[in-house]
Amino acid sequence: MTQLKRILAGALSVCMAASVMTACGNDDSSSASGGSNSTGSNGGTESRTNTAELHGVESSEESKNTLTIYCWNTEFKSRLDKYYPAHTDMTVTTSTDADGNQVIDAINGVKINWVQNENEGNVYQTKLDEALKAQKESTEKVDIFLIEADYALKYINGDVALSVQDIGITEDDLSQQYQYVKDVATDTKTGELKGVSWQATPGLFLYNAEYAKEVLGTDDPAEVQEYVKDWDAFTETAQLMADNGIKMLSGYDDAYRLYSNNVAAPWVTDDKITVDPQIKAWVDQTKEYTDKGYNNKTSLWDDAWAAGQKIDGKVFGYFFSTWGIPFTLLPNTVDEEIKADNSNAVEGNGGYGKWRACEGPQAYFWGGTWICGAIDSDNTDIVADIMKVMTCNKECMKEITEGEQDYTNNKAAIQELIDGGYKNDFLGGQNHLALLTEAADKIDLSNKLSAYDQGCNEKFQAAMKSYFDGSSTYEEALEAFKKEITALYSNLSMD
Amino acid sequence: MPMSTDVVGHSNDRTRLLVRRIIAYVVLILLVLISLFPFYLLIVNATRGKVQSGIEWIPSNLLGKNFSSLFSAKTSTAYGSVFGALKNSLIISGLSAILSIYFSALTAYAIHVYDFKLKKFAFTFILIVMMVPTQASAIGFYRLMKDWGLNNSYIPLIVPAIAAPAVFYFMKQYMDSALPLEIVEAARIDGCGEFRTFNSIVIPILKPAFAVQAIFTFVTNWNNYFMPRLIIEDKSKYTVPLVLSAMRNAGPLESDAGLFNLYIVIAILPVVIVYLCLSKFIIRGVALGSVKG
Amino acid sequence: MKKKSISYAKWGYIFLIPFFVVYIVFSLYPLIQTFYNSFHEYIIDRGSIGGGWTTEAVAAEEQIKFIGIDNYKEIFSADGTLVHSFINTIVIWLVGFIPQIAVSLLLATWFTDLRLKIKAQGFFKTVIYLPNVIMASAIAFMFYTLFNQGGAMYDLVCRITGNEDTLLNSVWGTRGIIGFINFLLWYGNTTILLMAAIMGVDTSLYESAQIDGANPTQTFWKITIPLIKPLLSYVLVTSMIGGLQMYDVPALLTNDEGNPIVNGVRTARTLVMEIQTRKDSNVGLASAICVVIFIVSAVLGFAINFLGSDKRDGKKKKKKAKRG
Repeated sequence: MTQLKRILAGALSVCMAASVMTACGNDDSSSASGGSNSTGSNGGTESRTNTAELHGVESSEESKNTLTIYCWNTEFKSRLDKYYPAHTDMTVTTSTDADGNQVIDAINGVKINWVQNENEGNVYQTKLDEALKAQKESTEKVDIFLIEADYALKYINGDVALSVQDIGITEDDLSQQYQYVKDVATDTKTGELKGVSWQATPGLFLYNAEYAKEVLGTDDPAEVQEYVKDWDAFTETAQLMADNGIKMLSGYDDAYRLYSNNVAAPWVTDDKITVDPQIKAWVDQTKEYTDKGYNNKTSLWDDAWAAGQKIDGKVFGYFFSTWGIPFTLLPNTVDEEIKADNSNAVEGNGGYGKWRACEGPQAYFWGGTWICGAIDSDNTDIVADIMKVMTCNKECMKEITEGEQDYTNNKAAIQELIDGGYKNDFLGGQNHLALLTEAADKIDLSNKLSAYDQGCNEKFQAAMKSYFDGSSTYEEALEAFKKEITALYSNLSMD
Repeated sequence: MPMSTDVVGHSNDRTRLLVRRIIAYVVLILLVLISLFPFYLLIVNATRGKVQSGIEWIPSNLLGKNFSSLFSAKTSTAYGSVFGALKNSLIISGLSAILSIYFSALTAYAIHVYDFKLKKFAFTFILIVMMVPTQASAIGFYRLMKDWGLNNSYIPLIVPAIAAPAVFYFMKQYMDSALPLEIVEAARIDGCGEFRTFNSIVIPILKPAFAVQAIFTFVTNWNNYFMPRLIIEDKSKYTVPLVLSAMRNAGPLESDAGLFNLYIVIAILPVVIVYLCLSKFIIRGVALGSVKG
Repeated sequence: MKKKSISYAKWGYIFLIPFFVVYIVFSLYPLIQTFYNSFHEYIIDRGSIGGGWTTEAVAAEEQIKFIGIDNYKEIFSADGTLVHSFINTIVIWLVGFIPQIAVSLLLATWFTDLRLKIKAQGFFKTVIYLPNVIMASAIAFMFYTLFNQGGAMYDLVCRITGNEDTLLNSVWGTRGIIGFINFLLWYGNTTILLMAAIMGVDTSLYESAQIDGANPTQTFWKITIPLIKPLLSYVLVTSMIGGLQMYDVPALLTNDEGNPIVNGVRTARTLVMEIQTRKDSNVGLASAICVVIFIVSAVLGFAINFLGSDKRDGKKKKKKAKRG
């Protein structure tokens, strides 16, 4: 109980922290105004389970000497390989792979086994579920698994992730992290924090500076922001762009997250699916944009969608979170793939240096990866150390931001970078961290997440396509979504 | 019939024949182009970059790069080792083919050579189940394999090949036409055991049928997507079609069109080579398989 | 002779053991299990996961209870998706099968036409059969890339029709592409089967027809078709059963979605795709779909047995004629 209280108090202190490096709140502060999701719970009145205890069978020697990590892409791996060794006290052995990158072979003699499964079509979750359900009885234990916000609750509330306090991560360690990031990974039954992330993923509007100059007469982020400051302004600008043969956005789904982050209620409450008015607003807007030719009628990640990111791609802008730049925009906009030594990361290589960022019409976040320790992990010491180094270590966070363009989940680190005159070459020397900080502070996730969001988001976007392209009415598309989603999640119903 | 019309009819016939011949060749050449066109584009695309749009007729120069990234460590964590998948597919398809032909022949032999009470029943039973698609029992199969802890293993992909009604049927047909009972009788007179007769005398006679069915079973399993998708979970155990589908679904960080196309080429290459070498033989096999009755 | 076969009978049983054991364990028992599940509501909650420190979570996740034929009712209820997927399967199969049988018949008659004397037959046969040995999934991916926005065929179609939408967004575009791939995969195979059948027809029949002044069209309809009818019905039935199992191509082409959607119906969704979607969520319903596939296949199977007896007579006659 006291531990729970302390966690909540810690969360509270972060909420209230106006200045950097505030000390923790005191132990007897009330838990009423903790994290938005971590509101009251009476699970704590009974003696709580220490999640780090062993609940199932003892694991094998082999498993003890292997750190098994479930993931869906190489994002975390590349960061761990690159930044972890320099900031940990553990003994890390590394080697160099064929591309010249540092790769971790073992931590304290424990080798790493990456189990990567694609996110698409629920494959990652299905495989992870199998492994976690078998975890207790298995002698081969999963140690770490990564999750996304869209289905975080399933695992966070599912008694499968370690509570971070049980493996020795203190509220002090977490004091610089954003509240919304913690909310995503907070067990709503017990209020315990069960996952941590190295990044916050506030979103911005990234636009093509050349088109901005050509059509709006300016490429200055502050001035361009005036043209996209709310949805009305955004739509007017879209018309302006259309008059000049430029699409405002590329795909149907581009603005989706801006709306879905601002819903009044989650997709699923008590096994009932509801379509929020904000989601409907997205549908209406996208339909209007499609009919008026403000978009390219593409779908997220399509080749055609990506083609608009060329500097002459005839698309004005994209909504992206921080990771969108290195993942997608950068590789898609350059003519020549960026070399390992960055020698061609200069203006003149395609769109390099010709994009800018502004806040856009609405605050939102998109994506992000949370690190969870699996219950019955047989390497909790390493799990805890990875969490500490990769999400709480200020120096490490600064390096990640500088090296990977991630907006790291550490207010102090970001502030230091801003104060140090951070410049992003890809954005033509713009300091977009300041914008992101503003955006990150505005994100509020209270009562917006359900365990089924990934399926709902994917199926809804897919179903609405037929409405956008005119082959069915909204009601028909909605009916298709209903059938699809209840087939995927048979326990849910929808009116 | 008057003479004159016959002559006219004849020359008419000739022009008509010529026209028909021209039409036939045009259609055939068109079909050849349609059949080969996608493969040409595939090969061209395998030499192109990460993001591809539009058509390209001439191969680009990124084949080497795609090759090295295909076999890089990053690709193997993302999709399972592509080399490993080729090996896995080879093991599954190879073993299935061997088990399938051997045991189907054994079953056909039992029906062909011996007389026993349940023979008719057994034969009819197999003929009936020949029409039952695997999909019909897929869910039960999937759940049971899970219960038995056999999901994620090769056993459910290989062992069922022993009971292949269609291969059995082919073998039975072949025995009807190529395995006179006298040979078996003679072997018995020579004091040969039943099992040995089958292994050392019957199998050599069945060689052509074995070859045809081995190729078909191999190809079917090599190309199979449904069953491995149901059973296999570990990346390290992925077969070629599973790796392909994982590549297709790769997130924005990993997706690489050049790599993907190159792997498709690699995935179909072994089968295409074997096919081109043995096409006459295979096509005859297809025709043979049709002689039912 | 008779005495001998009695003494060897046990070997017949022994040699049948592997087949029947494997068949019962890996096919028959799963099939019975599938039947059993199909009468139950067997739902797995994919939004929750248990396995941690409580066991209740696991129990809450799966619910199994007997519901009689409700799953079957759902398959055939008018406002469900499943009946549409059933219809889609049939429609998509037809889109592929009609050109397949037409082209195959045409090619088979040409190849076997003694007067036409098509040269390089080996080459043509090799090429037209080639797609059949190639991974259907690979071909589906190829076509996806071709027709998706930015693909080669997409550009071409845009230029011809002036419509910027991809064919993959139109119902008949998608069905057409799936049908075309199925056509491409199977027309070579069917051509070869039909050729074998046509070549089995007594050539003297054609000769006498020619003497009687019948033109190629007449010989085709009056002689070829009736005589290869048994084989045609065999091709038809096996193709129908194959069509019922259609999965790789539509699934991979439409990314498991079965798009496009029209009137709320996913028009490229097939029955097996419905099974895959539900294998970890609604096991009961998925099993019922399996059973429907089983029943339809069984009916078709009996149909071919019925037609087959007809065919056997034809074959015997043919063999006799050849020998005589």
